[in-house]
Amino acid sequence: MTIASSTQFICFVALSAAVAIGALGVVLLPNIVYSAFLLGGVFLSVAGLYLLLNASFVAAAQILVYVGAVNVLILFAIMLVNKKENLAAIPGLALRRVLSGAVCAGLFALLLRVAFSTPWATPGPVPLGDEATIRIGEHLFSDYLLPFELASVLLLMAMIGAIVLARRDVFASDIVTGEPADQGLIEKSRTPLLLEKRN
Amino acid sequence: MTLELTTVPLQAYLALAAILFCTGVWGLINSRNAVRVLMSIELMLNAVNINLMAFSSYVDGQLIRGQVFAIFVITVAAAEAAVGLAILLSLYRNRETVDMERFNLLRW
Repeated sequence: MTIASSTQFICFVALSAAVAIGALGVVLLPNIVYSAFLLGGVFLSVAGLYLLLNASFVAAAQILVYVGAVNVLILFAIMLVNKKENLAAIPGLALRRVLSGAVCAGLFALLLRVAFSTPWATPGPVPLGDEATIRIGEHLFSDYLLPFELASVLLLMAMIGAIVLARRDVFASDIVTGEPADQGLIEKSRTPLLLEKRN
Repeated sequence: MTLELTTVPLQAYLALAAILFCTGVWGLINSRNAVRVLMSIELMLNAVNINLMAFSSYVDGQLIRGQVFAIFVITVAAAEAAVGLAILLSLYRNRETVDMERFNLLRW
């Protein structure tokens, strides 16, 4: 047992505890802002696990994309839809939670059984260290070139689609009278059918 | 002290990914808030990524194809988050709520 391997073990235990507890907090905490910040913590811990697995480039990508972009996007969404509302009670909610918990526990048991009963070819080749980034670049520009280009097209489509979906139809002035029109009134008058009847 | 701590086995990473995935599935089913549903989807994608990276390091150490797949998964997850939150904003503008139980326009 070398010092490096025991350090690795301690780091793995700490990071996996942070991931598991943080994920439970994301799902269970009543305040959604705490959930979003815990989600950032989970992403950072997963990046630490990638560093333990000799993948520094993917760890950096994880931090940049997930913590820097996705988590900030989720925080902005929480800020934009932040309305206090009292959720109506649903009959049979506790039963549904227990049933879905049982299903998830069954799925977990199945995954554990597969993980521990399959004879993996574990002493594989020696993992690359810092040359992993070079190897990823060679993969992306030789045999994974088509998925790489498709990913760029997908990102462009997602960007345009997000803008189109989230934008308001801005009419600065009323078409008939020429007066400046209120955006909220336009949306209310346009979508009365989708709103539920309130008693 | 004869504690055998040679190295972290592959199964430990697989078990951690299973915990994360099952937590994400439970949150996906049981969340009332639509933003929390999107967060649960991100948790599940991260669980899959942990699996890919563990196999890439333990089984496929020289041709690290799992890391390339993880990068593609991260890309798709970013696109999914952007489009999902845009759909959520548009839905919130129409229904004025984020309660998943009231998005029942397509319910049988």
